[in-house]
Amino acid sequence: MKFMLLIHGNEQAMMEATKTDAAGMSPEYAAFNQALIKAGAMLAGERLRPTTTAASVRVRNGATEVLDGPYAETREQFGGFYIIEAADFDAAMDWAQQCPAAHFGTIEVRPVVQG
Amino acid sequence: MQFIMLIHHDDAALAKAPPALWGEYAAFNEALAKAGGTPGLRLDHASKGRSVTLRNGTPELLDGPYADTKEQFAGYFMIDLPDIDAAVQWAARCPSAQYGTIEVRPIWPTRGQ
Amino acid sequence: MANSAIASAAHETAELVARSSYGRLLAFLAARTRDVAGAEDALAEAFASALQSWPVDGVPDNPDAWLLTVARRRQTDAIRRRQTRTAGEAHIELMMDELNQAAANADAIADRRLALMFACAHPAIEPGMRAPLILQTILGLTASAIAAAFLIPPATMGQRLVRAKARIKEAGVPFAVPERADLADRLDAVLEAIYAAYAKGWTEIGDSTADRLADEAIWLGRLVVSLLPEEPEAKGMLALMLYTEARRQARRDAEGSYVPLQEQDIARWDLGQIDSAEVLLHAANRGGPTGRYQIEAAIQSAHCARRLGNTSNWPSIVALYDALLHLTQSPVVALNRAAVLAETAGADAALACLDGLAGDRRMADYQPYWAAKGHLAARAGRRADAHAALTLAMGLATDDAVRRYLAQQIRQLQDG
Repeated sequence: MKFMLLIHGNEQAMMEATKTDAAGMSPEYAAFNQALIKAGAMLAGERLRPTTTAASVRVRNGATEVLDGPYAETREQFGGFYIIEAADFDAAMDWAQQCPAAHFGTIEVRPVVQG
Repeated sequence: MQFIMLIHHDDAALAKAPPALWGEYAAFNEALAKAGGTPGLRLDHASKGRSVTLRNGTPELLDGPYADTKEQFAGYFMIDLPDIDAAVQWAARCPSAQYGTIEVRPIWPTRGQ
Repeated sequence: MANSAIASAAHETAELVARSSYGRLLAFLAARTRDVAGAEDALAEAFASALQSWPVDGVPDNPDAWLLTVARRRQTDAIRRRQTRTAGEAHIELMMDELNQAAANADAIADRRLALMFACAHPAIEPGMRAPLILQTILGLTASAIAAAFLIPPATMGQRLVRAKARIKEAGVPFAVPERADLADRLDAVLEAIYAAYAKGWTEIGDSTADRLADEAIWLGRLVVSLLPEEPEAKGMLALMLYTEARRQARRDAEGSYVPLQEQDIARWDLGQIDSAEVLLHAANRGGPTGRYQIEAAIQSAHCARRLGNTSNWPSIVALYDALLHLTQSPVVALNRAAVLAETAGADAALACLDGLAGDRRMADYQPYWAAKGHLAARAGRRADAHAALTLAMGLATDDAVRRYLAQQIRQLQDG
């Protein structure tokens, strides 16, 4: 089964934390990525630029509206994701707990619709 | 520049959408594929989601999605485009923009790219 | 109650002044300093003071002069703060003299809107920002209103406008109407910007903001015609906008679906607007060399004549497109030409013309290209090609009315 791990974290804190790392990836994330790859679970993963770069688009009554910022203003921000292959929901939750961001943010696990 | 389009849907509004929506989606997917975009990925309903956070090493589990919003995060697609103007244009083309909100965000280039 | 009535009257007057004089006052304030942003700030403060004092003291006899006096005070204060006394004093004195004179007699406020428009459409300004700049400086539209019409995030549009204004100042863009020799080329950029604003308002039909944007563009077109009455292309562009505007109501059916020109109910055309366009085009044609907008207006005139008079004039429309293509070498013109060529030479010949555009990368996600290709392929009986092209056109559409129309075309293809 395919799952999406959505990483929610305080992006301000995350930006501060990664400032010192020129390569843009912490050793913890490198290790987590390696573990996913070795297990054959890694399908995709991306890190998003901060919500300050976001724009939201919707069409209402035929008019297209473009708004600054993300869709939802939340305490922690959606900042990246993984698409993984896992046997079941529990296995996906195990991966979520191993994600470095689980220590300072929240990992949401959602099944992907196969099709 | 790689952009992600995050699709936020109001399930109730979507349920009322005419069946023509799926034809529109088929056309949109066609156009997206031709422009080199990734096929859209659709998530199971938000209520099927679970969230986890570690506090002092102890996992705390929550049922449901992380954010309790009127519209729920339902899927995404990615596409390589020259600028945000083009990204907004693609978001406006997405049939879900009629029923929900499409959030456009640039992606960090991955290491080695 | 009385107070709120006065307040709302003052509000209305301020808005009326904003509509009719904003660009004139801004152009006047910015012309000497080339500081558009500074002039905007000064004018904004003047309007804010007006809203405070007019409800109390009454609306002045000459609101323009009142606003200019306040704005001038703000502007000179700001310049004083920035410039050293020695370098700036003489300049400030000169400017204050001029502003004082103008404020004393609002009729003497020189109309520098044309110079401001030429500054906004100067080659030093990025082409895509010329229309937004003109809309903001001449009409006082907000960055977010412009952003909505141009489908750009408001913050991004705001930053771009700030950068463009800084560029006017830093690059020393002149606030002047170009000399005769350069006028045609430079005017073309002004007209192009105004027409771009109109085109934005034209495509977004369901949008009330966009409806207004088309009105604003026509208003700007009239302004340019009144300020440059000798320029045939300005008249040509205004005529072109009026021809298309006359058909606005007829472009949607009762269900809100898109209706192509061929199938429009001519009873829903605004014949008065078509008459105005005819008069303008006639005057333009008398005025001199035929430019792009005059030809485009002539094409619209021919389309209107054909539908109104039930006469077939396709060969002359093709001939006009030939002239336009020769002049512009634009792929969009080539596309439109191919569509009308189908009427005289058949769909296969038209499709052959489109093949010439297939290699143009700009066509890859250009919705009208795929729509035209789909319609022509359907007419030529190439069903599979038609299906593929119409599907792409539908996927690339941002307008729901167009999507519905294309969905119906695809259904007809499958049924027929």
